[in-house]
Amino acid sequence: MTAVSDDPVDEDETETDGGVRAYTVRLELVDEPGELLRALSPIADNGGNLLSIHHERGNMTPRGHIPVEVDLECPPDRFDGIVDALRDAGVNVIQAGAEHYGEEISVVLVGNLVERDLSNTLSRIEDEADAVVRDLSLAAPEGTDAVSSARVRLAIDSGRSDAALEAIRTIGTDKELTVVEPLLGGDA
Amino acid sequence: MQLAILGAGDVGRSVADLAGEYGHDVVALADSTTAAVDDDGIDIAGALERKAGDEPLGSSDPTDVFDADYDVLVEATPTTLGDAEPGFSHVKRALEADRHVVLANKGPVAERYEELRALEADSAGSIRFEATVGGAIPVLSTIEDSTPQAVTAARGVLNGTANFILTRMAAEGLDYEHVLAEAQDLGVAEADPTFDVDGTDAALKFVILANVLADGGFSLEDATVEGIQNIPGSALDLAAEDGRTIRLIGEATRDGVRVGPRLVPENGPLAVTGTRNIVQIETRNAGSLHSSGRGAGGPETATAVLSDVGRLPPL
Repeated sequence: MTAVSDDPVDEDETETDGGVRAYTVRLELVDEPGELLRALSPIADNGGNLLSIHHERGNMTPRGHIPVEVDLECPPDRFDGIVDALRDAGVNVIQAGAEHYGEEISVVLVGNLVERDLSNTLSRIEDEADAVVRDLSLAAPEGTDAVSSARVRLAIDSGRSDAALEAIRTIGTDKELTVVEPLLGGDA
Repeated sequence: MQLAILGAGDVGRSVADLAGEYGHDVVALADSTTAAVDDDGIDIAGALERKAGDEPLGSSDPTDVFDADYDVLVEATPTTLGDAEPGFSHVKRALEADRHVVLANKGPVAERYEELRALEADSAGSIRFEATVGGAIPVLSTIEDSTPQAVTAARGVLNGTANFILTRMAAEGLDYEHVLAEAQDLGVAEADPTFDVDGTDAALKFVILANVLADGGFSLEDATVEGIQNIPGSALDLAAEDGRTIRLIGEATRDGVRVGPRLVPENGPLAVTGTRNIVQIETRNAGSLHSSGRGAGGPETATAVLSDVGRLPPL
């Protein structure tokens, strides 16, 4: 298994001389002993160098699993092989960005989401906010023709949060949705 | 100091009640119809008892307050928007008579800040208004001590009613209307809670903060304000799946004022519960400072008024 790097990854230097790039893979693990090691082995075995592991113990995904975010680096032509190896090993890969997204934010949308074409809302967010939708959770206790809420987790490039949120605000206005944004800045 | 108190609501009455403890005399106390005035110090207990029994505070006219021998006018009449009257005229009259003014009334400071500062510049008296932002929490004095130039932003929760409603919605999985009715039963929310839940009350406080940071330039109409009326219980449930919750958060910088429901970490400093308030002051040289406490209430807000009185120079 490749050693975990001692140095934190520098966001501005995802590319190195050897053509190695940094990637983020988001996994969902079953809460059982040995699962983390089982999930990391396919990465190391297929030429990936582990940079950091963010193991959100105690923080369950909506499906009751433990989210793990792995930053790794490898030559671009090996990345697909790593993801395939993870999937072959039975690891649930939620997101395998071929790009390195530096930040993740969640927003909550409230309104007549279904009537206002939720899938169009999501594609507009991806296009106009330059983001990748990583996870979506919808709650419609009054039925889909009433006011419902959705939490959307987005991956965006480092330093682009403000612009992305501005784009999402505009989409919210267009679609008459209330956008509950994360509070950025400070140590909120 | 000799205090003249305009306004005999929770705050005005508490200032009168606590003034002696802080070493000050009350020479006048007025509500909108009558006043008790005595240059040797009014009978505070008697006046408060009469007020409690719906009797006139005293035998004088409210405008007689300005003829009393006072050092500090405490302006604790209800907050009004737009021209912020009659509060603004009260402040003007006291400053023109070269007296100090301590405001608990948000209206003049949020809506007519530059005019207040111009009047102050021509007066021997000064104005202070700690009580207008965050009740008992020392927000403005903290900014003053850090110097406003070194403060880059102020953020936080400055409306207890909205915070109470969101906290209960998140904890009990209840909807807005249900919790609002409960808050009204408990006396946490007013019969007409509009200003609290539509964000106006919080916005006034953050406008005041922006005015202090930028030395003026803001009024309520410059603020971007959203309330919590459209937030269903399900939105709070979804936020909780991610370890977050929703709070009515205000932000003031030199560039603007924004108030609205925002996602904050569930266990983070800004996720205060119940009617508690919190302010985060972001400084250039000292990181973030957090102060939390009771943002409303008669005795709580009166302590802020009396701290201000204590900071005033002798006339």
